[in-house]
Amino acid sequence: MKSKISILDYGLCNIYNVIRAFEYCGAEVEVIHDSTKICKASKLVIPGVGSFKGCITEIRSQGMDYEIIRYVNMNRPFLGICVGMQMLFDYSQEFGTNSGLGIINGCVIEIPRLTIDGKVQRIPHIGWNELIQTETKSNWNNTVFSGLENSQPSVYFVHSFVCHPSNHSVRLADFLYGGIRMCAAIQHNNIIATQFHPERSGHIGLDILNRFILI
Amino acid sequence: MNNIRIIPRLDIKGKNLIKGICLEGLRVIGNPTQHAIKYYNDGADELIFMDAVASLYGRNMLTELINEIARDVFIPITVGGGIRTIQDARHILRSGADKIAINTAAISNPELISEVAYKFGSQSMVVSVEAKSISHNRWEVYTDNGRERTGMDVVEWVQRAVSLGAGEVLLTSVDREGTRRGFDLDLIQQVSSSVSVPVIASGGMGKPDDFISAVLQGKADAVSMADVLHYKRLTIHDIRNECLSKGLLVRSFKS
Repeated sequence: MKSKISILDYGLCNIYNVIRAFEYCGAEVEVIHDSTKICKASKLVIPGVGSFKGCITEIRSQGMDYEIIRYVNMNRPFLGICVGMQMLFDYSQEFGTNSGLGIINGCVIEIPRLTIDGKVQRIPHIGWNELIQTETKSNWNNTVFSGLENSQPSVYFVHSFVCHPSNHSVRLADFLYGGIRMCAAIQHNNIIATQFHPERSGHIGLDILNRFILI
Repeated sequence: MNNIRIIPRLDIKGKNLIKGICLEGLRVIGNPTQHAIKYYNDGADELIFMDAVASLYGRNMLTELINEIARDVFIPITVGGGIRTIQDARHILRSGADKIAINTAAISNPELISEVAYKFGSQSMVVSVEAKSISHNRWEVYTDNGRERTGMDVVEWVQRAVSLGAGEVLLTSVDREGTRRGFDLDLIQQVSSSVSVPVIASGGMGKPDDFISAVLQGKADAVSMADVLHYKRLTIHDIRNECLSKGLLVRSFKS
């Protein structure tokens, strides 16, 4: 049964594409502008584009930080996208050190400037890259990536910073960039978050969103 | 090595998809939305839309079209042509675009690059550069769809734009655009070795092998094409297959 998806709009980023992607998958979508509506959601999505500092400042100024933490503690499905994932962590080093929501232990740091061969890395990382299974998770059964194992699933990334979870077991999928393995997605109980943009990742991205809708 | 992106470019005049030769002389190809959806279904990695007549109206007029296309197309969309202010940028991003490409306005007002990068993120700020060869290994920056000279050196301008906050470079060869004679490989190589942000090569694609050269010799991170696709000389499948056969990494795609 497909339930309602609530997408948080904190006024900074373009959420039209996220809305359309969920609608295209057949979900009923509501947009939340007000922190008091966050804990009324049954499935919450937090998008994020631009800078960590800009986004977290806006979220805090609207009192949404407390409500997001409260929502997450209610054990309902949660999806964070890009900066929406980064904000879950303890802190980010973009534009100086800025604290995040501290829901997931770890930090957000710059993508290494050199590849594994010592060549200059293109930053931002812009483009399609394959999701790979992590060193701790043996399969993607019963996750939003279920069924993608054998298809070299490529999804769209656009970012200069990556998340480093302190606890390896929350890493749901990784990616390789410049030969260096980094975190593409996490899952911790009800919390799912992706560094890449499922709403920009064509049919594979829509598949992933659809699985979130069906949780 | 990273996956190279295949990016169709659609030049728009009013309600029509058009195509020019050497950035002048336009021909109507057809319905932009239908073409955009087709390219998306064929496996395009991104789409670029340029408002070819923005200078006539003094602004970019593509928001309605982008909004319509973004309803059913779920890959990144870049929009350019006539974007002059931060309000223009916001308007276009809200309509469904992920990135904006700025050329003329960035040259007359370079602070606009920083403003857009600060407000919306560097990843949304593509500096669009038109380059015309003036001598061996030297190119001049042009504006207004290849009509106006600026006297600026392309490499210097690109480096400056990136230092101001541009997260990506869309590099078009004025000499090769619409000719199908292949890309200006020296140009691409000079620019891509002078910055560390991704570079999209544009202008001159005629055969699949041109794509390969743009990447292997030019070191482009992405390649944009218009003529070969709109006139149905090649399909995205053809390009993808050529890449795979030559060992170039592209994302795996099944229609």
